[in-house]
Amino acid sequence: MINVVESLKNFVNGTQLIESKNETEIKDSTVVKKHHETSFTERVTALIEKGESKAARSAYTVVAVIMAIIIIGCLIYTVSFLPHFGGADNPANSSEVVRAYIENGIHDTGATNFVAGMILNYRAFDTLGESSVLFIAATAVIILLFRHKTKEEEKAESVEEEFYEDKHDVILRHGALILVPVTLMFGLYVLFNGHLSPGGGFSGGTIMGAALILYNLAFGDKSTKKFFNYNINKVVKIIALGFYALSQAYAFYVGANHLPSIISNGVAGTILSSGLILPLNVCVGFEVACTMFGFYSLFDREEI
Amino acid sequence: MFLELLPFYNKYLEPASAYEITNVVQNFPFISILLSLFIGIVCLAVRPKTAMKLVFFNLGACFLLGLSTLIYCIGRGDYFIYVMGQFPAPFGNEIRVGVLEALMATAFALVMFLSLMGGLKHIFHDVLPEKQTYYFLMMEFLFTSLIALIYTNDLFTAYVFVEINTLTACAIVMLKHSKETLVATARYLMMSLLGSGLIMIGISILYDISGHLLMEDIKVAVTALAKTGKYKLPLEVVICLFAIGLGIKSALYPFHSWLPDAHGTSTSGSSAVLSGLVLKAYIILLIKMIYRVFGMEVILNSRVLNILFVLGVLAMTIGSIKAINSRDLKRMIAYSSVAQIGYIYLGIGLGPAGMAAACLQILVHAYTKPMLFNTAGAFMDEANGSRKFKDLVGAARKNMWAGIGFAVGAFSMIGIPLFAGFVVKYNLATAALTTTKLKAIVALVALVISTVLNAVYYIPALMVLFKKTDDTKDIVLFGSKTDVPFVVSNGIFIICNFILGILSFIFIDIIIMGLSMFA
Repeated sequence: MINVVESLKNFVNGTQLIESKNETEIKDSTVVKKHHETSFTERVTALIEKGESKAARSAYTVVAVIMAIIIIGCLIYTVSFLPHFGGADNPANSSEVVRAYIENGIHDTGATNFVAGMILNYRAFDTLGESSVLFIAATAVIILLFRHKTKEEEKAESVEEEFYEDKHDVILRHGALILVPVTLMFGLYVLFNGHLSPGGGFSGGTIMGAALILYNLAFGDKSTKKFFNYNINKVVKIIALGFYALSQAYAFYVGANHLPSIISNGVAGTILSSGLILPLNVCVGFEVACTMFGFYSLFDREEI
Repeated sequence: MFLELLPFYNKYLEPASAYEITNVVQNFPFISILLSLFIGIVCLAVRPKTAMKLVFFNLGACFLLGLSTLIYCIGRGDYFIYVMGQFPAPFGNEIRVGVLEALMATAFALVMFLSLMGGLKHIFHDVLPEKQTYYFLMMEFLFTSLIALIYTNDLFTAYVFVEINTLTACAIVMLKHSKETLVATARYLMMSLLGSGLIMIGISILYDISGHLLMEDIKVAVTALAKTGKYKLPLEVVICLFAIGLGIKSALYPFHSWLPDAHGTSTSGSSAVLSGLVLKAYIILLIKMIYRVFGMEVILNSRVLNILFVLGVLAMTIGSIKAINSRDLKRMIAYSSVAQIGYIYLGIGLGPAGMAAACLQILVHAYTKPMLFNTAGAFMDEANGSRKFKDLVGAARKNMWAGIGFAVGAFSMIGIPLFAGFVVKYNLATAALTTTKLKAIVALVALVISTVLNAVYYIPALMVLFKKTDDTKDIVLFGSKTDVPFVVSNGIFIICNFILGILSFIFIDIIIMGLSMFA
């Protein structure tokens, strides 16, 4: 009885919290035995003390795989109950929203590309969120991989790079010389015609990013850094997304309060039309291009 | 109702449609979302100290904006809708502001302000100097996604901000520079992405069978589907997918394995924000889904609440048992979060009766857990950064103010009257009595067991922290180096805890009013 009281008292005083086994010490002192060398009691104590055993581990893997298969089966079984793809009577196809986008799209947004009108005017708030996702993803990769190098490191790396650089890869350089300007032009075309033809900020930006990556591969780091470095990347991203946020804030405020807007839709089909969609496409495009090149550059050599 | 006594209640009784802008206050939720987003972008360009000031300015502004929205909403007695752009939903985007949304946004802004303030010293210590700017940038975007998730009225918008929330939450865990945080981030990212994926599949199937993304329209379509019995299986699968997906993201019991690592290893300000706010945003989204997307009737027929109830009960007990076994202060507090999340799901599982108590628990936990994490950070300062209990003996005597904060938090978690936690347990118990016999018995037994278990780990922890040892003969009130922001934030947290504990009837009235606007 006294023992019980004593141990209770110890427990309340938190003795077990202080005088606990030191986990790292246990790991050092035990010699790792193979599974068949351990007795059953040893396995049970290992299970109780560390919360794991080899048998439990393999059982866990098996159960996890079986569970995954069951869940996959359930989801596929569910899909068989869904409406057939492309059916005219499907709830998603017969809703008034789809019809309104197609019927009033040109009048409401001034964009002949309905998709651009939908994502940058009707549902601009969602797209603002999506652009922020890209911005955050790029920043998260910078946090994970970017290293501020000391001058000595930089020197050593530039020497190394000069040594390994393919100065004599004539085919790559000449190919890039022809391809890069054309690709950049095509990217800009897709960007600036986003409201008129298929394309827009996300696709145009990706094309421009690809051109930058090709240039970097062919002509090396030094010449890329002359016109595109970390600070320029930062400034372009801040201006693009900042302009997006501010212009949308204006559009939302005006729209919600039923105030007259200074932004006009213009004549549908001309290059300077559809209000904010053109500048927003350009913003999204530059944001995407910077993000694409940033990902490549960070994963390649931990800097931009 | 208490609210009728408030003087401003009858001021705004002129009838107005939910869409019409009659008052400048109706712009405030929109301003707070866009302002947070813009300041988040600007943060990339400035120095860490400036970014910190911008974040605090924004959080303070959002608190005031949220508070005026809340007062306006209570006066209005109804929700209102703010159209994001020229075109009203379902064609464009909109946000919907009711009393509950405004209350949560206000509370979250204050909690985030105080958590960052309390953990400020550790943020500048734990995060590499060249990456401190990014910390505040991520916090800013995290806050944007939290309030957008609270105010959203559209499932796709919700998904976009769930994505932002996932990425930023992982990034702020990663920002503390150590090996264990990288492992924790990898785990957190995997589990979190699994949750996002399930939510995404759920939204796709729901759009396929209902043809809408706007919450009201989905509810109309779902009610019709439930009546005719068409697409019965997909509908049930969707409900399961949302329950599990949001359960993973809010660390409901069997899906909690990422939580102790992520919350236990990150810097104390991040732990506070992650456990206090990030988990709750998803639960608020779940409550919104239950009321505004599926409708209570469909949810009750699907019996998913019973599963959430059982998981909640399991979380309450097993989370506490895990906490008893941990020898690490921050991990213990993190496991306690698992148990406390269980209380919220217990309330949700009780159906309409327990929902108000669940919302109150969201508030109470949001104000208690950050305080515990921040005080844990202060104790760790006195023990050279060790989180182990054996290094923390007598730490509270070296920093009495943090000790008082920890004691208040611990008493609140145990559920001693006058502290905030008691009100939740009382409300959960009374709500349980109105439901079926079996549920009532299980809920009451679980509440009793969980309370005892909470005491079993918090009281020994208090005894260790307050133990008189040779080098802690004299009590030092504010620690060896007075950390003014922490002292202030801890004081406000303690006051908030007592306000929630003593004046809880006001908050319950507001919550009930907010829930009635959901239906």
